[in-house]
Amino acid sequence: MSAADRSVARADARIDAPHHLRPDLACIAEWVPPESRVLDLGCGDGSLLAHLQTTRQCQGYGVEIDDAAVLSCMRRGVNVIQQNIEAGLGMFGAGQFDLVILSMAIQATHKTEHVLREMSEIGREGIVSFPNFGHWFHAWSILRGRMPVSREMPYQWYDTPNLHLSTIADFEDLLARLRLRVTGRAFLADGRRIAWAPSQRATQAIYRFRRV
Amino acid sequence: MRPQRIRFEDPLALASGAELAGYELVYETYGTLNARRSNAVLICHALNASHHVAGWYADQPDNVGWWDNMVGPGKPVDTNRFFVIGVNNLGSCFGSTGPMSENPLTGRRYGPDFPVVTVEDWVHAQARLADALGIERFAAVMGGSLGGMQALAWSILYPDRVAHCLTIASTPKLSAQNIAFNEVARRAIITDPEFHGGRFYEHGVVPRRGLQVARMIGHITYQSDDTMAERFGRALKRGDYGFSFDVEFEIESYLRYQAEKFSAYFDANTYLLITRALDYFDPSLNCGGDLAAALAPATADFFVASFTTDWRFSPQRSREIVQALLRNRRDVSYAEIEAPHGHDAFLLDDAQYHALVRAYFDRIAARVAAAEAPDAASGASGASGAAGGAAGGTPGASDAPAAASTAGAA
Repeated sequence: MSAADRSVARADARIDAPHHLRPDLACIAEWVPPESRVLDLGCGDGSLLAHLQTTRQCQGYGVEIDDAAVLSCMRRGVNVIQQNIEAGLGMFGAGQFDLVILSMAIQATHKTEHVLREMSEIGREGIVSFPNFGHWFHAWSILRGRMPVSREMPYQWYDTPNLHLSTIADFEDLLARLRLRVTGRAFLADGRRIAWAPSQRATQAIYRFRRV
Repeated sequence: MRPQRIRFEDPLALASGAELAGYELVYETYGTLNARRSNAVLICHALNASHHVAGWYADQPDNVGWWDNMVGPGKPVDTNRFFVIGVNNLGSCFGSTGPMSENPLTGRRYGPDFPVVTVEDWVHAQARLADALGIERFAAVMGGSLGGMQALAWSILYPDRVAHCLTIASTPKLSAQNIAFNEVARRAIITDPEFHGGRFYEHGVVPRRGLQVARMIGHITYQSDDTMAERFGRALKRGDYGFSFDVEFEIESYLRYQAEKFSAYFDANTYLLITRALDYFDPSLNCGGDLAAALAPATADFFVASFTTDWRFSPQRSREIVQALLRNRRDVSYAEIEAPHGHDAFLLDDAQYHALVRAYFDRIAARVAAAEAPDAASGASGASGAAGGAAGGTPGASDAPAAASTAGAA
């Protein structure tokens, strides 16, 4: 890295104010090798990419449709492409990225299979985090006669953006059906890593996968 | 603030093979060039604009710069931080050498003899202005529409001289429909009996009617169907149909007013030249149509923006630029701004649009500042960094006034 590059990196680091990463994003970040090329679909305010740029020297791009989130990315010094993920990712070439990330958004996609397939084509590896619908609290909620409302799914049934909710086992089935091999799993319960009985205890699941 | 004029004696070889023996460029600057000359921003103008980007002249308070909402003290392109240059392109009618200028070979006005110029020719001419002002590398080159094409061409032709490139409401090349509109405009001008093969100056006339039709056509393509519907709808000048071909609808009245205003100040030969420069622009031409290959030399960081209702240069055209930049692994951000105004939106106030440009220039300013004082930001390499910073700063500081006075004299 030249002196000029270092000073540019420092300048960018200053723009990127200190922040706390969402637990699933912190977990995803641990899976990102240094200097990877990363595409973050539905990148929100760009906090994951800002973190990966400063701590892992990644070159990243976020894809985001929301105006406020796009502006937030610009202010953080994160590359952002304003685009609806489901309108197609044709702008990104096959194999252009080391990693394609979709955090806590797959449940809101219409063409879920298509999105997963595109992710696996654009990147060598994909990472998806999603709320685990199989969590015991959700089952209990339904037994009490109510649609579940939780921290990961804080919506009433009539105004939720979520379309395609799944359990951990459901998600694994879909990956298998799409011939995508699981290369990593992590489960979080209220932000903490857990290993025992994740199907019932995990509030969020994180999967890493690649084409077979 | 007043326009400045600079003369270049070295001939300029043009894309057409022709040569411009010597020429003048009119330009304006805003803000102060820093000691390292690292805070310069070049603003490239579109079809009917000029070097007068921002502010107004003391004796013409109504003559406000064409991008005054974007450029100025405290504006998104903040002239308190950046040294901003607006330059009038060759072939234009606002002071730089063009068809209205005297051809030194004949002693007459150039008229139709002014060589056809391309976007790339303009960029080469602008680069000479940068040389004269002592600017080796622009912090940013920025433009909307045809100006965005110039910014893009800068990033390809002079990759080492552009740190950031902002391409707004632009396109990597015109579509057949775009060219068709331009051709209608040109035919209107050329077939006006007062055009006289471009030598109308000598006849003491102006092909006003042709220019007016050209402007009407252009104006329609700058606006969206929605804006026109909202602003004019089918409103009539007088309450009822007059069963005539006079101005009956408000939209007709508006178009005629705009056209008359335009034909009073714009040069017909310039209109032909600039629309042709638009038609010809296609950096991918020499790369078998591969825009990514054309952009391969670029090293700048990019900001690309489009407007949802722009049907002249639609968002899809900007996405093509972004796609090509991604293939080259360039740092690029792309915003698709929700605005009702069509192509004209790039000139108008829009909170999201201006906030994004401001945020991008904040990033540029931080980088300029970091390069300006590398010692200030570094912890470990304190002493050597400070020495390097001082050594780098001193010659720059002593050279800067010299560059400024050169510009003033020219």
